[in-house]
Amino acid sequence: MNAYAGDVAALARKDLLLEVRSRDTLPAMLLFVVSALTIFHFALPSGSSERAETGLLWIAIVFTALLGLTRAFAAEREGGVLDGLVLAPCDRSAIWLGKTIGLTVFLVLAELVALPAFALFFHPLSWDLVAAVALADIGIASIGTLLAAIAAASRARELLLPLLFLPLAIPVVIGGVGASIASDPGSFLGFLILYDGVFAILSWASFEYVITE
Amino acid sequence: MSTSLLSRHGRGPSVRFGPLFAAAALALLVGGFALAFYWAPEDADQGFSQKIFYLHVPIALTAYACFGWGAWKALRLLWTGERRYDLESYTAIHMGLIFGLLTLVTGSIWAKISWGQWWTWGERQLVLFLILFLFYSSYFMLRYSTDPGPRRERNSAVYALFGVVLIPVSFLAVRIAGTILHPTIFTHEGADLPWQMLVAFLVCLAGMLSLAATLYRVELTGKRIDASLRELRELLA
Amino acid sequence: MSTAEKYVTGAYLVLLGSILVYVLIIALKVGRLEEELADVTRAAREKLGG
Repeated sequence: MNAYAGDVAALARKDLLLEVRSRDTLPAMLLFVVSALTIFHFALPSGSSERAETGLLWIAIVFTALLGLTRAFAAEREGGVLDGLVLAPCDRSAIWLGKTIGLTVFLVLAELVALPAFALFFHPLSWDLVAAVALADIGIASIGTLLAAIAAASRARELLLPLLFLPLAIPVVIGGVGASIASDPGSFLGFLILYDGVFAILSWASFEYVITE
Repeated sequence: MSTSLLSRHGRGPSVRFGPLFAAAALALLVGGFALAFYWAPEDADQGFSQKIFYLHVPIALTAYACFGWGAWKALRLLWTGERRYDLESYTAIHMGLIFGLLTLVTGSIWAKISWGQWWTWGERQLVLFLILFLFYSSYFMLRYSTDPGPRRERNSAVYALFGVVLIPVSFLAVRIAGTILHPTIFTHEGADLPWQMLVAFLVCLAGMLSLAATLYRVELTGKRIDASLRELRELLA
Repeated sequence: MSTAEKYVTGAYLVLLGSILVYVLIIALKVGRLEEELADVTRAAREKLGG
């Protein structure tokens, strides 16, 4: 158990360190999300409701996450070390957990900029929305890591990853927008917890089947 | 012996069952539709247009069954590693997608009759099927863009499992979305069904499932022959 | 025929049409498989000396 946790921590730390040093992914995500919010302002005719604006925030979150996901295994691919990672003497599912934690951190960092930007451009946010975003991050990172591994095996991975991801993201958007605007966000937040639990377990259990050659 | 072509691609159930499913489909489907039109009473509220119910709902349930069957075969693939399950899973999901498309089309026609629009976000079943249709279409994109081999088989199997988990999750999602985001004004869930309607419906359902089973067997056999021929070619090259 | 009856009939015709399209596709496939089988048989004869 300790060895497992150690492996996971090492893998997550590796990804985060790589990002700190190379600064490839996170700045792009930050810029993307602010640009998207700006475009949304121009896309929404004046007099649009706050509810519509909140809906668009969730679109921005989903597509920014997608941007981050496409980079999930990029470092390994470019360094040619994907086989080395798989051959490492650790449980394959530890790779999934390490990557997922790293990805969640990326998403949270991106939203630390995105949410204040949204509050500035549009309207103030509720704590329910913040909670929903946090829960959504976990779910997105969980399935994203797995789907990135699946897409990595295809000839058109940049095209395939969004296609695989978006249908699975629909319940997240429903839960997130619902929690953000409903008078009783509890059931929506509960739904997001259910989503996270179910898909995290499924991703964790099936990761070893998609990562091996 | 274990590397013979047939055992690699799987030997279908003995030929006996093939005609059995087809005969069952014929009898149950024709019989079921006959019952629906000639015997079951007309619905008090919706009138004659309710008769689509005997077509649309069995098709929808059959689609679910196909996706479930595909997921089961996918699980068997991951469990045992036997390559033949890949073709079986793929064919089942192909069937599911076809029946899913038919669900959307017949559902759309029903919406047109009932509420005058070809599409409505208020009909939960329709919205759920749209999500699943998108998901399983992506399954096909996955298969087409990955080179054949064990990798593609495993990836497809895992994605198929995600699909079957998505079904109840999306159902729940669409349900709670109806409460606040997209009010479910319209619904086909009527009061309790008169028993004659229920009987006719069940016969139609059994018929549709038999139809799916028949088409599944036919398609699977075709795919297996394809694979065997390809292998023969390679052996003789 | 009333509007409702037209649409209902249309829906059932969609099913019938789909089944027939499927039959058509399978028929084409079987034709192709037959050709390929003939090819492979020929190749086998040549290779194994008739």
